[in-house]
Amino acid sequence: MIFAKYKDQVEELLSRYPVKRSALLPLLYIAQKEEGYVSESAMKEIGKILGLTPPQVYETVTFYTMFHLKPIGKFHLQVCRSLMCALVGSDDLVGWIHRRLGISPGQTTNDKMFTLSAVECLGSCGTGPMMQVNDDYFEQLNEEKVGRILDDLKTHGTCPLKSGPFMFPEPVR
Amino acid sequence: MKILLKNMEQPGYTGSLKEYEQTGGYQALRRVVGGMEPNDLIDMVKASGLRGRGGAGFPTGVKWGFIPKDHPGPRYLCCNADESEPGTFKDRQLMERDPHQVLEGIGISCYAIGAQIAYIYIRGEFRLGFQILEKAIQEARQAGYVGKNVLGSGVTIDIYVHAGAGAYICGEETALLESLEGKRGKPRTKPPFPATHGLYQKPTVVNNVETLANLPHIVNRGAEWFSSIGSPPKSTGTRIFCLSGHIKKPGNYEVPMGTTFRELIDEHGGGMRSEKPLKAFIPGGASAPFLTPDHLDVKMDFEDVAKAGSMLGSGGVTVMEEGTSMVWAALRLMEFFNHESCGKCTPCREGSSWIVQILQRIRAGRGRMQDLETLSTICGNIGGRTVCAFGDAEIAPVLSTLQHWRHEYEALIREAEAAHPPKSEIPVLSL
Ligand SMILES: Cc1cc2nc3c(=O)[nH]c(=O)nc-3n(C[C@H](O)[C@H](O)[C@H](O)COP(=O)(O)O)c2cc1C
Repeated sequence: MIFAKYKDQVEELLSRYPVKRSALLPLLYIAQKEEGYVSESAMKEIGKILGLTPPQVYETVTFYTMFHLKPIGKFHLQVCRSLMCALVGSDDLVGWIHRRLGISPGQTTNDKMFTLSAVECLGSCGTGPMMQVNDDYFEQLNEEKVGRILDDLKTHGTCPLKSGPFMFPEPVR
Repeated sequence: MKILLKNMEQPGYTGSLKEYEQTGGYQALRRVVGGMEPNDLIDMVKASGLRGRGGAGFPTGVKWGFIPKDHPGPRYLCCNADESEPGTFKDRQLMERDPHQVLEGIGISCYAIGAQIAYIYIRGEFRLGFQILEKAIQEARQAGYVGKNVLGSGVTIDIYVHAGAGAYICGEETALLESLEGKRGKPRTKPPFPATHGLYQKPTVVNNVETLANLPHIVNRGAEWFSSIGSPPKSTGTRIFCLSGHIKKPGNYEVPMGTTFRELIDEHGGGMRSEKPLKAFIPGGASAPFLTPDHLDVKMDFEDVAKAGSMLGSGGVTVMEEGTSMVWAALRLMEFFNHESCGKCTPCREGSSWIVQILQRIRAGRGRMQDLETLSTICGNIGGRTVCAFGDAEIAPVLSTLQHWRHEYEALIREAEAAHPPKSEIPVLSL
């Protein structure tokens, strides 16, 4: 049971909406955070909380690309491949990652550390090429930066090059 | 002329409640809940000429006016923070750098339409923006700007942030509502419109982040002030244009509407990134037809861009230099649309994958001249035949590149035909 320890949070979430089903996506996020993916048992549990059948939960989960139904690597590298990033080198970015980790989009490293995906627009078109790693954005990437990010993630689990509150161009001081 | 980005361009400004208040923040909300008639507020926004910044450019005050006055039940405001139109990255900046400006706008809009609850539907990938907004709402709640009895007025305005989970279509307003209800994000057939049957079938307004951020300024400085900026009477105020692609200084630039593309690109963007001249640009996000260097002096207002054969859309301006393959560019965008088609309407679901297959074939040197005819036919069978505007959007890159750069398609195909002479007509697709 995932949600036993999130009782208060679940209650608070349910109080935000007049209809329980609206809390479906928020609960799926909790489940995914807890287990790394959305498991069948989590979907059943969510169904019980919201009064939905398992198919109702499943049909919704499968619409959204951010939910995974199978475990993935510890760090999910998502490279934006849409036109705006492609104009400034997102294909190169995929190549740099491949050179370092030996994986192509859709693959996970043997040690289960990294999964690489090529995804569509992440809303960071002026600061490409870029990638999202779990919750963080990494922008204006070049080969050297990518090397440092991957090293940092491996050794420290995080990297200071991640983006803060976004403003571009930065105001002139 | 900076309105929306003015605060955040101050050195050291972090967007906290205190800083926002010091710039005069929340005075507008105080004024409206303090006794302004909702109808007068709606009239004021109508008079300002403010039009939606989400893509369609619908007059905001008019949209609010569609909410039935006599409806007994709850009404809702949804702030569209899905920002997923390729080329667009302004709402992210507005939310992450000056969240209270957005919240104040939401409060004003709620008051105008009589909504007690607003949901900010933010794309799931904007985790940082989500956290910043939650924190800002907390601050605003403590200060009495959000919650029951706002500023002692008896008015209730609750604001919640709701994260999407990776689906471009959820930016379309009725798909957004479906998603907020915990379902697959498939657009609804209209009518009925959200104004009468929106979230939970209740009267609902959906407004874009940038649209809402303008409201405090309109209330503070008046409709006349706002409507004198830009390109009145039809395109008033400023707009944040997002510059991307082969440009020297990409980024967000707020300029009065009616500025020319040339000025945006040359003066704000610093021109092209290299010696190579501009070959093509997209004026308003991936859904807007490509334009050519001949269109650089077009003014960036709703009417003039439409007259030039494209649309101002979401404000995402992407420039491409000489040497960029237009067939490749169209294919990249088409792959996006094919991936994001929600699958509800057959012409869009099937058509988008056919177009991708044909473009891939042409790029791979296996094209045939009749493919171009087929492309036009498929596009003709998508446009205007889908439940939402996604269908019209996805054919824009193909049709506009075919219109302006047909010779590039033909050259690739001629090469293919020379290398592999067609023994007979290949039946491509019979439609
Ligand atoms: C396929 C599609 C995607 C859209 N994506 C967005 C989006 O990401 N953000 C947005 O504000 N509007 C988007 N829109 C426009 C909305 O449907 C709606 O018109 C807008 O949010 C209304 O707000 P406004 O009147 O303030 O512009 C999209 C429309 C379509 C057809």
